[in-house]
Amino acid sequence: MRLLRTLLFRLVSTAVTLVGVAVIVFVVIRIVPGNPIAMMLPPGATPEDIALLTAHYGLDKSIPEQFFIWAGGVLQGDFGTSITARQPVLTLVLGRLPATLELSIMALVIAVILGGAAALTGTRERGTKIEAGIDVTNGMALSIPDFLWGLILILLFGVAWPLFHISGRVTPSLDLPFTTDFYLFESVIRLRFDIWADIVSHMFLPALALAIPLAAIIGQLLKQSLKETMHFDYVTLARTKGYGETRVITREALPNAVLPTLTLVGVQFTFLIGGTVIIERLFSYQGLGNMAIDAVINRDLPLIQGIVILFAVIFTVVNLVVDLTYALLNPRLRHA
Amino acid sequence: MELTRRKLMQITAASAAAGAIGLPARAQDINELVIAYNVNLPSWDPTTGPSAVNPTIQGFYQSVFDQFIQQKPDLNPAPGLLTQWGWNDDRSKVMMTVRPGVTWHDGSPFTAEDVAWSLARAADPKTGNPINFIWSTLENFKADGNTVTADVKQFDPTIFKWMYFLTGYVLPKAYYEKVGPEGFEAAPIGTGPYMVQKFERNAFVQLKANPNYWGGKPDFENVTIKFVTDAAARVAEVESGNAHVTLEMPYEEYDRLKGKLNGVAAPISDIGMIFLNDVDAMLDPNVRKACAHAIDKQTIIDRLLSGYGVKIDTLQTPQYDAYDSSISVAYDPGKAKELLKASGYGPDNPVKFKIQTTKGFKPKDYEMIQAIVGLWRRVGIEAEIEVYEIAKHYELRAADTLAPAAFYNWGNSVGDPSTSTGFAMFGPSPHSVWDGKDLIEKIGALWGEPDEQKRIAGYKAVDRYIAENALVIPLLQYVQPILSAKGVKVTPHASGALLPHLMKRA
Repeated sequence: MRLLRTLLFRLVSTAVTLVGVAVIVFVVIRIVPGNPIAMMLPPGATPEDIALLTAHYGLDKSIPEQFFIWAGGVLQGDFGTSITARQPVLTLVLGRLPATLELSIMALVIAVILGGAAALTGTRERGTKIEAGIDVTNGMALSIPDFLWGLILILLFGVAWPLFHISGRVTPSLDLPFTTDFYLFESVIRLRFDIWADIVSHMFLPALALAIPLAAIIGQLLKQSLKETMHFDYVTLARTKGYGETRVITREALPNAVLPTLTLVGVQFTFLIGGTVIIERLFSYQGLGNMAIDAVINRDLPLIQGIVILFAVIFTVVNLVVDLTYALLNPRLRHA
Repeated sequence: MELTRRKLMQITAASAAAGAIGLPARAQDINELVIAYNVNLPSWDPTTGPSAVNPTIQGFYQSVFDQFIQQKPDLNPAPGLLTQWGWNDDRSKVMMTVRPGVTWHDGSPFTAEDVAWSLARAADPKTGNPINFIWSTLENFKADGNTVTADVKQFDPTIFKWMYFLTGYVLPKAYYEKVGPEGFEAAPIGTGPYMVQKFERNAFVQLKANPNYWGGKPDFENVTIKFVTDAAARVAEVESGNAHVTLEMPYEEYDRLKGKLNGVAAPISDIGMIFLNDVDAMLDPNVRKACAHAIDKQTIIDRLLSGYGVKIDTLQTPQYDAYDSSISVAYDPGKAKELLKASGYGPDNPVKFKIQTTKGFKPKDYEMIQAIVGLWRRVGIEAEIEVYEIAKHYELRAADTLAPAAFYNWGNSVGDPSTSTGFAMFGPSPHSVWDGKDLIEKIGALWGEPDEQKRIAGYKAVDRYIAENALVIPLLQYVQPILSAKGVKVTPHASGALLPHLMKRA
């Protein structure tokens, strides 16, 4: 019952948040300097030409009028038309969303694997030089931002040892037999491992660049949780039963220690999606982030609105899922 | 299926092996020329929307579509789809002759009807052509055999130059009317040297050579243009062999790689300049002239741009029609001090104003302004730098609210003085910053001047007047660095467009 109440409350607050984001974004991008008409004015345009172009893009109306026209369209699934691409905004952003989601999920998986391995190894080897080495590595991973990791990875594995692709999402010459834009998942479903390998080769470096700082955070927090849990009585009991240290850590301590990390991973996943903006640009990866930068540079107002709203939806939904998962996994909340 | 540790390790090993299969090829077949381009292509219609007036993406359009008149790499016009063009004696009509035997990419014949329709469409404000006001100076377009005629509504001596400038493209009438704007966007066709095979927005475009191209089949059968907007990533692409050609990288990187790869760095039609607004301190001619004389342009080019730039003293580059090498503004800090002293300023009592600049929009833009501010400080000018985005510059300029000094780059790929000095310095133009009446009168008299020699001479006189009164500070003509694999020879185009059909096997 309490869970249901929480769910309903979160759904309502999510809707209010999204409306708030929509209003703020709409107003702010119209107030900040740089309007799209000024950017496309050719030399010699007269005031009449400017007025004609402004009306052509519907920017001659007041901001409240523009908002209600746009909001009315959104309620019917019409997010407007991109000024630069002259395509429906919804088609454009939904076409790019799978690429960004796949990249973020791959980065998350890599981060969990690296961070988890560091935490488990650090806990098992606590007090030794190995733990100290892991702490130093974690510190380095955290103090270097993801875009710099991207540049380092490009130079190392794109130029010095060209093991991976450094731009794009897939080799242009490949014929893609896909019906969705989830290339990675669909290639597995269709058993096209040649395409899958090509996609992974394109995604690996940007995903790794995104994953390294997050892996460090996961590693630090999980190791701390594990070390605290290792002092609990039931862990001592497991040891007295003669279980090995690895089994004690993975089977006894980990299930309880993982909860705070799970919450963190959920929150960090939203930041990870935000981080794709720069990384996608650096690796010329055709996701939402790359599209967002172009939209801002070109002052493509409908497209900026669409992308920000979609990012807001992702953030709120991920947070909602994390909260619900936490509630389900935490016995104290589940049985309350 | 239960996932055991052994199975997990097996899957991991299989993944690694599969990943190895997908590794990038080091020595790609040169039949597929790969270009790492510095900008995205947002849309395929070269006549509408912001893309149509974005000079940096015209190279994409010129690979697929032909312009009414062709433009040679040195900016001069050449017969293209139009083989002849001109006015009648009283300038009340234009006549154009259309090239016979040309076909569209779908095999249908190109006709004079296509030219007439394209011109009429460009002049129609409903299509969203940002330059329709130029095209609408013509009306009543008629096709008859291989000839197209139109009535001149308002005489514009540059109308034929616009036919190889922004939005001056010929589109297929029958095909466009059949598929509509969305269908054309999805599958564009032209008469150009390359046909669009595949287009992935924000990622790449694949082109295939047009076997029937009237100008001869291009050297490279298949071309892939990847959109790599980050300069460091572009350098890595060409250095690793993933791309054969790239452009617009830092000059230091160009110098580092030009021995290992083919390098060409040629001047293009973009210039760097400082707009002076007729407000505050800039109303004092001594201050303006001092600003101009205190800048050591050549040293800035040598130190900041590794020598890649051409010093200019007017808004014309040496390739432009109205370039006059006799007009010069000397670097003379002594004279700058004298001028300031006459107005009561000096190093101890500096004249103060704001200068606006972009940072990273053009090579070393901010650093150049920093250097200029440093040079100004020595003579008694204290300028405060404000960094803004290029979008803000456009908005402030259209509203005529720029700071007293503002850095900008001006492109003019047709090289006509009306599209450099004319639009940049004619007060009523939304792109002009200086609004002096004397200049409005001088330039205004040249807009409709039918005598070409008189018109060009008139602009040279205007440029001399501008230089003598320091109404704008031209700085340099940019040089575009291009790197290519040893097997590829690139012919640079002075407009700055990187054109695959001008690339040959070395």
